[in-house]
Amino acid sequence: MIEQLLSHYNYWVVIILMMVGFYIVVAQGNLVKKVVGLNIFQTSVFIFYISVGKVEGGTAPILVEGVDVYSNPLPHVLILTAIVVGIATTALALALVIRIKEAYGSVEESELQIRDQQC
Amino acid sequence: MLAHLPILQVILPFLAAPICLILRKPKLAWLFALIVSAAALAVSGLLLQQVYAGGVISYELGGWAPPWGIEYRIDLLNAYVLLVVSSLATIVLLGAHTSVQKEIEAHKQTWFYSLYLLCFAGLLGIVATGDAFNVFVFLEISSLSTYALIALGRDRRALWAAYQYLIMGTIGATFILIGIGFLYMMTGTLNMNDLAMRIDAVESTTTVLAAFGFIVVGTSLKLALFPLHLWLPNAYTYAPSMVTAFIAATATKVAVYVLIRFLFTIFGESYSFGRHPLAEILIPLAIIGLLSASTVSISQPLIKRMLAYSSVAQIGYIVLGIGMGSALGLTASLLHVFNHAMMKGGLFLALAAVTYRMGGSEIGHMRGLARTMPLTFWAFVLGGLSLIGVPLTVGFVSKWYLILAAIELGWWPIVIVVLVGSLLAVLYVGRVVETGWFGEPEKPGRNEAPPSLLIPLWILIAANFYFGIDTRLTIGVAENAAAWLMGGGSGL
Repeated sequence: MIEQLLSHYNYWVVIILMMVGFYIVVAQGNLVKKVVGLNIFQTSVFIFYISVGKVEGGTAPILVEGVDVYSNPLPHVLILTAIVVGIATTALALALVIRIKEAYGSVEESELQIRDQQC
Repeated sequence: MLAHLPILQVILPFLAAPICLILRKPKLAWLFALIVSAAALAVSGLLLQQVYAGGVISYELGGWAPPWGIEYRIDLLNAYVLLVVSSLATIVLLGAHTSVQKEIEAHKQTWFYSLYLLCFAGLLGIVATGDAFNVFVFLEISSLSTYALIALGRDRRALWAAYQYLIMGTIGATFILIGIGFLYMMTGTLNMNDLAMRIDAVESTTTVLAAFGFIVVGTSLKLALFPLHLWLPNAYTYAPSMVTAFIAATATKVAVYVLIRFLFTIFGESYSFGRHPLAEILIPLAIIGLLSASTVSISQPLIKRMLAYSSVAQIGYIVLGIGMGSALGLTASLLHVFNHAMMKGGLFLALAAVTYRMGGSEIGHMRGLARTMPLTFWAFVLGGLSLIGVPLTVGFVSKWYLILAAIELGWWPIVIVVLVGSLLAVLYVGRVVETGWFGEPEKPGRNEAPPSLLIPLWILIAANFYFGIDTRLTIGVAENAAAWLMGGGSGL
């Protein structure tokens, strides 16, 4: 049991990070903190993909003489794309938060709801 | 040239998007965007014709053979959805210039066309590709541009709506990404066709089950299935009129396509419905969504929000058909994808015309519309009839097939639900029509919307009736595609 936990520790890290991130997105009322939560959530998926690519005993996927076991480079390449998407999402989210702050004068969810009801 | 149609479909609007920014003048950018989307429409028409004549088209990106390279795979299902998306995008764009001029600040107008094309390219990409990871990338391209498009709305609540959609949309897309990761883990491939063949050997593992769960929940978020629809009403209400018309007609339809593709082509009907209680989950949610969203929309003072809730209800009909897991149910869903795109596109364009003249789309703005804006008013009435499902309209055709599918399975309560849903639609459409017909206009005298808005509006309304009477194209394609999907949909 313990051994299984330890040998797959990277996946446990993924699950913990994913839940932490998801919880922040749902529970936090501050818009910037929500974006941070979203980032943690996405990062856990990146780590998951990178873990999948690891081949036991394999090295970096560069052709060298005397090595014939390589880690799988494809998940790494995929996740490069996903990281770019993640950055674009974060940038857009933060840009929206700035404009929300300008328009409402607050970045707290509860405040925004009160101000929308007033008008 | 003809051999490269699958990639041209996506790359044309994709490359055109940044060019819009170079053009600088809004009118020039609009003309350019219109030409490009018309070209994309022509390409999708040719693609459908080719698929009809010669079967599935497989296009190897950069000459890399699948499953190693990315493959664009056009079969009857995606050729049909491509045609729906590109025709609606082109028709909406036809009226965009007039409405955008009024609703979006001058220095942001070229950005609007650029984002519009980018979103359009993303949607086409999701549909055209035969690679699971590519779906995620295009999904995010279209979603990110949609968030920005919604934020162009004048009302400050548009920002808040865009932010909420961004958070929920990103969670949905990340769920899909996790699901694809699990599938890759078990099969070592990302090509959809290859996935479909390899998944049989590992389908009893919990990893595939987890992938299934993540993908179904992720796409349900994107297509706004009750109770994951919370982003939709605000996003549709506060976005500029043209953005609402465009995304209401295309974005959720493409998400429906993704769900169908994963359920039927990749996992296969026997896995999705035979092994797991998917029908028992999807059908109750669809019914609750259908009835509750229709009820909520009756009391909405904002007509745009009323139609947004109605969209959630219509998604209920579509998912209901998918949930039946039968060829006839799937036919009804596919029909409703096209039909709902036409009616909601038309109705939101009518609201764009009202907003253009009256400055808003609250129930008060509709007062006496029959006298001040008769052409817009009658377009709304006819579009509303289609939404209700009156015979001779497309709304009738898809509801008829949905009822047939329910009867085939012997599910009589579903028949009643569909009829009750239609009655609720009578109430919420009727309320607007009543105000428009009996209400006293604030300023009497004719104040009709300009022709540039009326033309695309009436094209869509006419299509609602044309395809309601001559159903050969839509039913022919939907039936063939459904039959083929039920047979596994990966062979050929």
